[in-house]
Amino acid sequence: MTYAFVFEIGLAALLLTIATWAIVARAAFAAIVAFMIYGLLVGIVWVRLFAVDVALTEAAIGGGLTGMLLLGAAARLREAEGSGERPGLAVRLVAGALCVLVSAALGIVVFSLPDAAPTLAPTAMANLAQSGLGNPVAAVLFVFRAFDTLLEKVVLLLALVGVWSLAPDRVWGGVPGFRVYSEPSSILVYLAQLLPPIGIMIGIYMFWTGASHPGGAFQGGTVLAAMWLLVMIARLQPVPAISQLRIRFLLVVGPVIFIVIGLLGFVFADAFLAYPAGYAKPLIVIAESTLTLSIGVTLGLLVAGPPERMTQQ
Amino acid sequence: MTLALDIFTLVAVAAGSFFFMAGTVGLLRFPDTMTRLHALTKVDNLGLGLIVVGLFPRAEGFLGALKLLSVWIFVQLSGAIVSQLIAHVARRGGRRT
Amino acid sequence: MAMANFLLGAAGFVLAMVALGLLSVFRGPSDADRMLSAQLIGTGGVSVLLLLAVATEIPSIADVALMLALLAPFAAVAFLRDASSARIKSPNATDRA
Repeated sequence: MTYAFVFEIGLAALLLTIATWAIVARAAFAAIVAFMIYGLLVGIVWVRLFAVDVALTEAAIGGGLTGMLLLGAAARLREAEGSGERPGLAVRLVAGALCVLVSAALGIVVFSLPDAAPTLAPTAMANLAQSGLGNPVAAVLFVFRAFDTLLEKVVLLLALVGVWSLAPDRVWGGVPGFRVYSEPSSILVYLAQLLPPIGIMIGIYMFWTGASHPGGAFQGGTVLAAMWLLVMIARLQPVPAISQLRIRFLLVVGPVIFIVIGLLGFVFADAFLAYPAGYAKPLIVIAESTLTLSIGVTLGLLVAGPPERMTQQ
Repeated sequence: MTLALDIFTLVAVAAGSFFFMAGTVGLLRFPDTMTRLHALTKVDNLGLGLIVVGLFPRAEGFLGALKLLSVWIFVQLSGAIVSQLIAHVARRGGRRT
Repeated sequence: MAMANFLLGAAGFVLAMVALGLLSVFRGPSDADRMLSAQLIGTGGVSVLLLLAVATEIPSIADVALMLALLAPFAAVAFLRDASSARIKSPNATDRA
């Protein structure tokens, strides 16, 4: 009964409690707060499972961006005349039963794994030195499974296009309906002037340190997105129209550069996304830095939402 | 020397945890939003601050200590500003559930 | 080793305080109070992460704490936007105090 074990039992119990509350809470806001706290606790769980890269992403997205997104959604629901009807008892029972089934299936699968669960981790670690990186997660993302990472970034863009497609035709290409303060108080403006420069530095640090320590393009990009959203919400910068050329450019520069590097792999090495010997690290840095920028803009626009009007207010 | 540092860590972290308890109890027991805000900032300042100071001797070099310090500063900064904003809303009678 | 156990124990204690803070989330009574509790829990989470970083000797966990501390005010800022003002284009924006 080590201290660590007691800690983890307590953490698990707390996690289940807050998850139950998030489902059971009647008011949308209480449920959202519970969900954000749940995200924080899951982040601590990732840390205990020694998955620090995932914990970083959880803290950034679950703590900051998802909270913002859900709160904006709750505010819109409130304005749309009451909370509507709750789903009937039958629907809720069926949903509950399906959740139990899925959890049971996952549990059975996890518990019936052989003791030495099949994993490629040792192979990845053995080849880590060749990749020129020190962080095995970064090596998997950009060297061993770079193609998957490329696809993920494209999927992120597609998600953004999906969000944009919610806009009515007449405002396509317009300004996202991101709710901002109608009259930001001076102290909010102070925060929005003070935090972003520091945040940008930390975002770049997160991306840079990802080569040898937990971190990377996604975590860095999330910090950049959050800083941009703060600046917009305090009305220090207007919410840009999505048809603007520089926005479109920033969105695609990351994936495009990644694809170009991949195609160059045909020329200089033997395959798509293969790196010529000795050039792996600089190429990865170029790809990751542009990706950080693109991810930042993409996530920021995802939270900003679909366009709602054609001109600036 | 390391024993003295260890004792320092022990005392500081214990004191920090105590302030955490004090702040949490304050959050639960104080009568209204403003007083609860007050309890919260004590936690941010002293609770986290003492824990950070207690962890300094065990930080990983200068960069590690700098990281600890910046975490504390950010929490204080955002805590102070958010408290102001929450107080502004609470004073004007924000929404009740 | 004993120090690591002590720090883990302190982390567990702070986690227990976080659990108590959850009670405040449940009770309210107003949304501003819930936001306060969320802030407290955020600070608690940062402390737990810092303690874990030192106890398990994995310094990158302090980066997670840094991330959390940096992004902690965002939810509060979003909440206060909705609590205190109407949409930018709504004709009946709420009054100023």
